[in-house]
Amino acid sequence: MIAGNQPMHMPGHSGELVEQSPFALPSKKLAIWLFIIADAATFAAVLVAYGFIRNADPNWPRPFHSIANVAPMTFILLTSSLTMLLGVQAAYAGKKKTAVRWVLFTAFLAAIFALLHIREWVGLINEGLSMSKNPWGGSQLFGATFFGVTGLHLLHVIGGFVVLLYVTARYNSGHYDANHVETAGLYWHFVDLVWMFVVPLVYLLNFSR
Amino acid sequence: MKPGQIRGTGISILMYVVLLAIAALQFLMAFSNLTTHQMLVRMLILAFIEAAVGVLFFMHLWTEKRTFILFVLIGIFAIAAMQYGWTDSFRLVYCGEKCS
Repeated sequence: MIAGNQPMHMPGHSGELVEQSPFALPSKKLAIWLFIIADAATFAAVLVAYGFIRNADPNWPRPFHSIANVAPMTFILLTSSLTMLLGVQAAYAGKKKTAVRWVLFTAFLAAIFALLHIREWVGLINEGLSMSKNPWGGSQLFGATFFGVTGLHLLHVIGGFVVLLYVTARYNSGHYDANHVETAGLYWHFVDLVWMFVVPLVYLLNFSR
Repeated sequence: MKPGQIRGTGISILMYVVLLAIAALQFLMAFSNLTTHQMLVRMLILAFIEAAVGVLFFMHLWTEKRTFILFVLIGIFAIAAMQYGWTDSFRLVYCGEKCS
């Protein structure tokens, strides 16, 4: 019988038939770490490309006049990382109801973040911003890069929202354990960390004082 | 993370406050009179510090085996090296005689 991370033994045989998981990590945890490293390569390529384009053009538009939208979004995402962490800790402590509450609250914060983000997009689109043109003059690449970078991140947030709800439902029904909650948490923390790079590059550098 | 390695709520909240403080510093920097290049460098340094705190304490990399930490660090180095490699390739392709 293979139980979790334990190697398989057969009666009468002292040798292991299955080698131990690399780094003694549960397979799903190792898989999410590999996914995170691969996804980090994607985000790194997108953000570095954006950084080069942004710095190469002295006429890059600066359409953000206030931090009234991006600051609350950052606060919400950072707070969601803390609530996710509290959920994982509660799950490992065997406090199922507390864990479910924290993870559901994390999903709620994710939904708020996504709604704020979409509201911001709608505002910019109403001002005349599109993938191929911007109403403020300067580089016409602004729209494509802005929607490309923030859209990729928003896609991850929406994906994370769905994953959090699914994992919570399965954990609550007893199909999943604390390891699954932690795996979802690792993904969510990664989405949060990426935002820490998106904010200065896409928003704060294009802030007009 | 194993059950015996769960960090207390106190350290989690402390790290959360640290991340909030660094993020606030980035926002304050946006109001300063630094040039774009200076601002970019300073903000990216702060973002990397935030990422390091997040990965070590929120994603619990610090509690994993040393070999796994090394594995992740090598992965990060490979990603960083790729960014240098492909951007410099474009520079060599498009800058023509200026490169020589």
